[in-house]
Amino acid sequence: MGGSSPCASCKLLRRRCTKGCIFAPFFPADEPHKFAIVHKVFGASNVSKMLQEIPFHQRADAASSLVYEASARMRDPVYGCVGAISYLQNQVSQLQMQLAIAQAEILCMQMQQGGALPSSQRPNTDEKPSPFANNSHLASLTRLMNFASSGAVTQEPLQREYIRA
Amino acid sequence: MSNSTRCAACRYLRRRCTEDCVLAPYFPSTHPDRFACVHRIFGASNVCRMLQLVPVEQRGQAADSIAYEAYWRMRDPVYGCVGIITRLQQEIQATQRELAETRALVAMNATEDARQREMPAAWDLVSFPADDFHQPPPSLT
Repeated sequence: MGGSSPCASCKLLRRRCTKGCIFAPFFPADEPHKFAIVHKVFGASNVSKMLQEIPFHQRADAASSLVYEASARMRDPVYGCVGAISYLQNQVSQLQMQLAIAQAEILCMQMQQGGALPSSQRPNTDEKPSPFANNSHLASLTRLMNFASSGAVTQEPLQREYIRA
Repeated sequence: MSNSTRCAACRYLRRRCTEDCVLAPYFPSTHPDRFACVHRIFGASNVCRMLQLVPVEQRGQAADSIAYEAYWRMRDPVYGCVGIITRLQQEIQATQRELAETRALVAMNATEDARQREMPAAWDLVSFPADDFHQPPPSLT
């Protein structure tokens, strides 16, 4: 890099930072901790190979995601990023359960309202159309019952099925 | 350990698999792709070091999560696992919005229902003569 200071990676690796240094655009000298973390978890040569295999316009995102993953692994040496994924999946399940309950509540209320007053005597002239068509009434209830019985809200550990020979 | 019972790591690295091999319990020879993936992303020495930093009883989970991350980094070289986190966060936001809208509908329906219960037959008690309704008051003509 001529007379300018070496990038964070070349400084850590104690080598000359050349003009074509693959790390320099993504690991500037003023943020040495980012490369330090990435080097500790992945290794400089692995990061270099990964970046070289990615189109140039996507390397910044790749470097950022590597820093994120390495940071997560340093914070949680057992689960790393996977701990966050598990937590978020659980949140999604809980929210979907709450949504199913709320939708079923609307369904019950509309069925009760439909049974209490015949539609010809309803004074509400600006009544909005029901968000649930007749066919989806049953679908909402079925969805709620299936969701409750599937055990989706329980925290299941990640399966080992992701890699098979 | 003989050549025929080497773990996937030692087989990949073409070295003798000793009895105290750190990687052997978590990278059995039955799943060679698992170690190949991990080695490509993290490197064998980094994985060894990461496992040694963790208590023995948690090393299985650590190895699984490392393998999971390596697998997703191979599938998505740009974002890896972080892509999954981003998608989950977006799904959470969308579901929260939908939940808020649905709960607002519930509240609206509950209010309407309560109003109708308070005045069950009000419309039956009030009647408007058809002529008076359509004619303007005399003072305005």
